[in-house]
Amino acid sequence: MTALAVDIRREGLRRALQAGAPVYLLLAALLVAIAVADPGFFEPDRLLAFAKRSAPLVILAAGQYLVIVSGGYDLSVGSLVTVGVVVAAETFNEFPGAPWPAVVALLLAGGALVGLANGLIVAVLRVPSFIATLGMMLILEGAVFYWTQGSPHGSLPEDFRALGRGNAVGSLPWAVVICLAVGTATVLLMRAAFGRTLLATGDNERAAALAGVRVARIRLAVFTLSGLAAAIAAVLVGGFSGISAQAGRGDEFEAITAVVLGGAALGGGAGSVVAAMAGAFSLQALFTLLNLHGVSGALESTVQGLIVIAAVWLGAVNWSRVRRRPATTTPRGEA
Amino acid sequence: MTEVAVRTADRRQARVPGLTDPVVMVYLALAGVTALGFITVEARGGDFLTLTNVVGILHNSVVLGLVALGQTAAILTGSLDLSVAYLISICTLVAAETMNGQDSRVLPAMLVVLGMSATVGLINGIVITKLQVNAFIATLGVAFILRGYIEDNYTGPAGKVPVSFQHLGYDRIGPIPVSAFVLAGATVALWLVLRRTRLGYHMYAVGGDEQIARLSGVRTHRVKIAAHVLCSLSAGVAGLILASRLGAGAPWAGTEARYDLESIAAVVLGGTVLAGGRGGVAGTLGGVLILAVLDSVFNQLGVDPFFKNVVRGAVIIAAVALYARRGQRAGDNT
Amino acid sequence: MALLTMTGISKSFFGVPVLADVDLSLAAGEVHAVVGENGAGKSTLMKVLAGVHAPDAGTIEIDGHPVTFGHPSRAQAAGVATIYQELTLLPERTVAENIFLGREPTRHGLIHRAAMDGRTAELLGELAEDSFGPRTPVRTLSVAQQQVVEIVKSLATDARILIMDEPTAALADHEVELLYALVRRLAERGLGILYVSHRLREVFDLSQQITVLKDGRLVTTLRTADTDVDQVVRAMVGRELSAYYPDRATPGEVGRPRLSVNGGRNAKLSGIDLELRAGEVVGVAGLQGSGRTSLARAMFGAGPFTAGEMRVDGAPLRPTAPRQAIHAGIALVTEDRKAEGLALRQTVRDNALLVARATRRKGIAVGDVLERVRLRARGHDQPVRYLSGGNQQKVVIAKWLGMRPKVLIFDEPTRGVDVGAKAAIHDLVRELARDGMAVLIISSELPELIGMSDRVLIMREGSIAGELPAGPSEEDIMRLATGGRTND
Repeated sequence: MTALAVDIRREGLRRALQAGAPVYLLLAALLVAIAVADPGFFEPDRLLAFAKRSAPLVILAAGQYLVIVSGGYDLSVGSLVTVGVVVAAETFNEFPGAPWPAVVALLLAGGALVGLANGLIVAVLRVPSFIATLGMMLILEGAVFYWTQGSPHGSLPEDFRALGRGNAVGSLPWAVVICLAVGTATVLLMRAAFGRTLLATGDNERAAALAGVRVARIRLAVFTLSGLAAAIAAVLVGGFSGISAQAGRGDEFEAITAVVLGGAALGGGAGSVVAAMAGAFSLQALFTLLNLHGVSGALESTVQGLIVIAAVWLGAVNWSRVRRRPATTTPRGEA
Repeated sequence: MTEVAVRTADRRQARVPGLTDPVVMVYLALAGVTALGFITVEARGGDFLTLTNVVGILHNSVVLGLVALGQTAAILTGSLDLSVAYLISICTLVAAETMNGQDSRVLPAMLVVLGMSATVGLINGIVITKLQVNAFIATLGVAFILRGYIEDNYTGPAGKVPVSFQHLGYDRIGPIPVSAFVLAGATVALWLVLRRTRLGYHMYAVGGDEQIARLSGVRTHRVKIAAHVLCSLSAGVAGLILASRLGAGAPWAGTEARYDLESIAAVVLGGTVLAGGRGGVAGTLGGVLILAVLDSVFNQLGVDPFFKNVVRGAVIIAAVALYARRGQRAGDNT
Repeated sequence: MALLTMTGISKSFFGVPVLADVDLSLAAGEVHAVVGENGAGKSTLMKVLAGVHAPDAGTIEIDGHPVTFGHPSRAQAAGVATIYQELTLLPERTVAENIFLGREPTRHGLIHRAAMDGRTAELLGELAEDSFGPRTPVRTLSVAQQQVVEIVKSLATDARILIMDEPTAALADHEVELLYALVRRLAERGLGILYVSHRLREVFDLSQQITVLKDGRLVTTLRTADTDVDQVVRAMVGRELSAYYPDRATPGEVGRPRLSVNGGRNAKLSGIDLELRAGEVVGVAGLQGSGRTSLARAMFGAGPFTAGEMRVDGAPLRPTAPRQAIHAGIALVTEDRKAEGLALRQTVRDNALLVARATRRKGIAVGDVLERVRLRARGHDQPVRYLSGGNQQKVVIAKWLGMRPKVLIFDEPTRGVDVGAKAAIHDLVRELARDGMAVLIISSELPELIGMSDRVLIMREGSIAGELPAGPSEEDIMRLATGGRTND
């Protein structure tokens, strides 16, 4: 009985690893390369600092993962991070003594609301999510710049910023705690009925609807959760880096990249959330490694581009097939 | 006799371009936006439909128009291109640096830029078709690669275009800007490709259903690659015009105006379906003009430029929601 | 000399052989039928000839010259045209654009549209098709009209070998007659036609030769004139055709009414009156387009009734979404398993639990349910797409059993299911009825319908045209389904 349970658990672990195998290899390779370049990296403090830096992207990736497996994109999360940081600054500016939990709650509610709006546009108005969230991104960016004229002012109080850069207990940063909490919550969500139904819906929407799944509600939920994740990321980014109208810019693409690195299929229905978060850590590890090697910050994106294409390419190649037959006879033709 | 029967049947069932045809809707919307702009601006004591203003709208449509035309080609085949913004930036830089202020180097520079654009398009197309990387990721990856190159090598404007080349961006023939003729030429050329050549027919087929196209003997990979080359070439031409207008190359030339996402928005606003196979250049041009007219109205009304983005976003969502409704109703009837 | 000779064709996918050493030859002017059960390798063999798959071994000769096809266009150039099971037309393009797709005529580098339209009109004229023209968008055509376009498409290539893969699957009976005439005319013109079908009646009506495949191997090639249906069936299944169906319900087993419809109507249906009782299997017959599927969907709330009264266990119900029907205890096994029944990349377990999760039913023992449907799979954690058609169908049924349905509707319960699984599904259906469910079966296979049903409703033009008691003859059913004007 116990042996059986262990067996099943091991089987589950094996499948989870298989689902995103390339990303775990990539992450391991990057970490080894970092260790070679800088043996001190694996001291607990530095490792935690690395995790802290990665936290916002990991959280965004978790949110983006939900949207992607449902069959959509969320391009609005980057601008939502910007809005979150700016709104926090302006709120503290307006109400200097505002308690930080209230401001955090305000941001989270706002993020969820924007996500809900995305979901409504996609599910009810039937606008493709790419366009819906692109439009939302233009709206949010325009609104925040209009409001601040490009240079947000005010400052974030220390207690608020502690979430992004302070420690919870000992040398354990709040950001890592929050990241773990979000990660755990998402994993549990994906194991629950909701997650399984979400995957089935992303795989075959018609079959799901005919099985009684409320497809529109699932859409609303994933976009709302993605918005919520973006708001959490905004709290961490604001704390870590302070106020900037550039905060979050381009994050939507980083998050999508991370999820795809994790092996999730654009178009929905397949992928693991742990692998998506590992994808986010991989991106961050890549940046760290490039820094260590003194590669200019500018070239980072070139390397990132190459790795993303290579990773997805390798993921798309069916190795067993390649080994078994010469490429000339693959049914794809046109070789 | 059969001939006659066929013709009558044809006429009976042929598509009547009604009010729900996307292209008609786009131009109705354009007329509506123009009328609304006219009324608001005139009511505030301004003059909207002046020659200067109309010419200005044309002038401002050119670059986005060119990029959006190319994007139309990519989207029609069921693909898309997120690398155009960085490609445009590189094109302005390469053009200005190669010209280096000398008249004699204008032509070689143009050839270099077009050759480079075509190469980028080729790479996009090959990564998508041969390496089987999803178009979103493939072109995003290429965009990252280009961005790294730009940011590593440039921090500000570079190179210089000779005065002779600046005619391209600013001169007019009669009241019409030269660059508008370039856009018109590109529009006609792409229209011809799409509606009168095998490549164009095959682009619609690949976008409509890649598997069916392949089973019918269409070389689907070549078609997609060709579409990406067309897309990148259009971006290259847009880059040349921007270089001519700026007088130099600029690393932000393509990215500041977000030509990647804006062009996709314009294409979709013009009624082309993001999934491919349906749409065309006429709609795209209408979509671009709608955005330009909106811009012009806001300028005249002195609306904050940042607020324009808010309206843009809302307009794009609303338009696509309308198309979706129309499609749904058409679907219900069958 | 044979027009086409295929020798020793072998092909495997992912190491699984689907064709092994198959020979086939075809003469000009001949209709050569290729038959076999699902999975026998018919479609793969045809796809090898069409250039879609490259064979692992074997040779293809046309007019005695060896050919190799790396791409469908090469096969087309060699004179091989294919009409696939699924229609391969682009709905957004016109008839002419579809017909000439991939080989559009050009003049000065531009498409010669006049030539394209003219030739299309000519070909349509030859087939006496005048209900649409070259410039009609395909999305406005009916399925039968689209089939004509498919045939014209293959004629336009000047094909010499025409592959027809289950061409009648989507046609109504009078359209099938037109297709027969067309096929004969094409053969008279000297085309060699490979006719893939599982409908033996068609095969015997049309062909001169019959090649039987089983498990990817050639069993035999027979002259149609020298053989009969029994011999062909024996060759296909490798045993005598057993007409086994589970016992019908005894009067004592039929219980109270579980679902009733009075005066149900919507855009596609009118005057629907029916009653389904516990323990009873009711069959629905009718031609393609007679409203069978619309009826199932109306009761299930997908394409609902707009008028009339429906009751489930006496309680009024007018479902406007599948969810409401499901909550009231109605389940629907759709005809298109892949498009509407399963999430193919998800596991057996997740698919089997989909309905329970969507309706928040807890404590379903998946193992028990899957055992009940006699699923044969290596585990419940593999994606359903790796299962055979029969096992996939069992997963679909398992999905519904968790909610203990009151009414179970099957639309084509054994389509694309191999013989063994078919019998298992038939047994299961009867068993579920014995458990007190009311079962409705829609099927195009009359033997199945007759063998399974306790009574048969026959639909015609959106209404129920009649009802026959257990064990009706095919002739009686067809008479009602066609309005009494049977051709044979």
